[in-house]
Amino acid sequence: MSVAPDLTTGKVLYLEHITLSFDGFKALNDLTLYVDPGELRCIIGANGAGKTTMMDVITGKTRPDSGTAWFGRTINLLRLSEPEIAQAGIGRKFQKPTVFEQLTVVENLELSLGGKKTFWHSFMATLSVAERARIDEVLVITGLTTQRRLRAGGLSHGQKQWLEIGMLLMQNPKLLLVDEPVAGMTPQETERTAELLLSLAGEHSVVVVEHDMEFVRSIAKVVTVLHEGHVLAEGTMDQVQNDQRVKEVYLGAS
Amino acid sequence: MKDRYGLIFLVVLALTGIGAPLLNQAVPEGSALYLSPYAMTLIGKYMCYAMLALAVDLVWGFCGILSLGHAAFFALGGYAMGMYLMRQIGGRGVYGNALLPDFMVFLNWEQLPWFWYGFNRFWFAAAMVVVVPALLAAVFGWLAFRSRVTGVYLSIITQALSYALMLAFFRNDMGFGGNNGFTDFKDLLGFDLQATRTRAVLLALTALALALSYIACRALVASRAGRVVRAIRDGESRTRFLGYRVETYKLWLFIISSVIAGIAGSLYVPQVGIINPSEFAPINSIEVVIWVAVGGRGTLYGAAAGAILVNYAKTILTGALPEVWLYALGALFVLVTLFLPTGVIGLLPDRSEAS
Repeated sequence: MSVAPDLTTGKVLYLEHITLSFDGFKALNDLTLYVDPGELRCIIGANGAGKTTMMDVITGKTRPDSGTAWFGRTINLLRLSEPEIAQAGIGRKFQKPTVFEQLTVVENLELSLGGKKTFWHSFMATLSVAERARIDEVLVITGLTTQRRLRAGGLSHGQKQWLEIGMLLMQNPKLLLVDEPVAGMTPQETERTAELLLSLAGEHSVVVVEHDMEFVRSIAKVVTVLHEGHVLAEGTMDQVQNDQRVKEVYLGAS
Repeated sequence: MKDRYGLIFLVVLALTGIGAPLLNQAVPEGSALYLSPYAMTLIGKYMCYAMLALAVDLVWGFCGILSLGHAAFFALGGYAMGMYLMRQIGGRGVYGNALLPDFMVFLNWEQLPWFWYGFNRFWFAAAMVVVVPALLAAVFGWLAFRSRVTGVYLSIITQALSYALMLAFFRNDMGFGGNNGFTDFKDLLGFDLQATRTRAVLLALTALALALSYIACRALVASRAGRVVRAIRDGESRTRFLGYRVETYKLWLFIISSVIAGIAGSLYVPQVGIINPSEFAPINSIEVVIWVAVGGRGTLYGAAAGAILVNYAKTILTGALPEVWLYALGALFVLVTLFLPTGVIGLLPDRSEAS
């Protein structure tokens, strides 16, 4: 089932002219956005600018009223269910850390492995050597090796966030969607998260939604500013900060 | 994962399954060690209830599906066995009709309803004990889980399902004996059900069925599928995002649980000698939930222990002060929820491996 996205046309994600309204309110308004393979993209915007709704559309949680969403050249996201999109290679990290608190760190990672996920297959499943190696590798990347046997509920806030990113990595996604990764983190944790995300880019495309401007500045090459459901500006941090429209609607306010 | 208390549970079960029949058969009546047939029937009944508690713990303790209708699966398994036992009576009934059970003769029925065909064969009845609860669970679960009915709403419709079945089985024209149900059974596979030797064997078989159910449930919850199920309990949509089809997991778990409940019911009926629509009563399903809560949910052995403890208390209390029992049961549930959220089992030391 895991069909790899076809990247021959140069982009990993194509969102074109997406419009979605809730009771007359246009959450997304003719939104067009492309993401390159291996890119680390930051999305900023005020509350209600459509950041989370955009993530919902990409992951199949919400269907747009019009527009197209393609993953690579061949995978039409609007036709797939949530699990199918996850299996196709789009991983999403939610705002609130949502690890499985009653399971251990290793078990959390185990459940995030790719491969067949039917009931009877899981019933018979054991970890292969390669899968064990992959789990160990992700434990190292996320810095959770010494916590591997701990219940996830006993981790600190930052560790939970890294575990969740680790869970996404287990599926080897082509595209990672990360919603406010550093909210509520200590400066040290924030710094560690920045390193983690930077180390992921290149192999994976990473899209980060974040409010923390310092954090965005520290990791982003390309920033997209959303406003009222469409793209207001796109460019480097300096470019968008000097953009007149951005200053008016978003940065000017602070 | 180690399962120390599970092992203890299985050992106690093996000792009971072998010991109780021996104390009845090999020890002379009048000896202090002699186990009366009455006590044996009680133990057999408790073990059937323990199986039902296992079934409920499997869906509730591990997946958060609070079923308030599991007595329905138990009763359906019981009815399937009861239909076989009714047809075994044959010409020995009050009316001496070789084909029709007494209640049908009484209702002036001319022929056997189509759904009674095949129940003269044990293998067919045994298959129905599994198939009927599984089918109901499959259809009901498919509709409910696919529509993402969860939490208290699911509990309410499971309760309604059981209630609807109770009303249906109360009707004489359903062909299941109406409010009298089935009773006056004679024999099972040719063995006289009144004979203590048959009862002793039934008790041993029930212990075996309970042990096998435990081992099966344990294997399931200790597998990766079991971890997915616990993940669903703790974060359903998160699990969905990992690519698991939550509905199918819940559905299989519900079906497996219903089959265990059905088998428990089929072992219950020949031992207590009667099955009637009151087995579908909502209070029965709620009682099972209390057994599981009292014992300790999400442990399996705790659920089984809870079923035995509460029913033992019920036997004693309803003997001494029958009108107090329901109040005691309610109070027990409230107290356990408030002060022992992990159940009686939570008092045991070193249970870190369970979850």
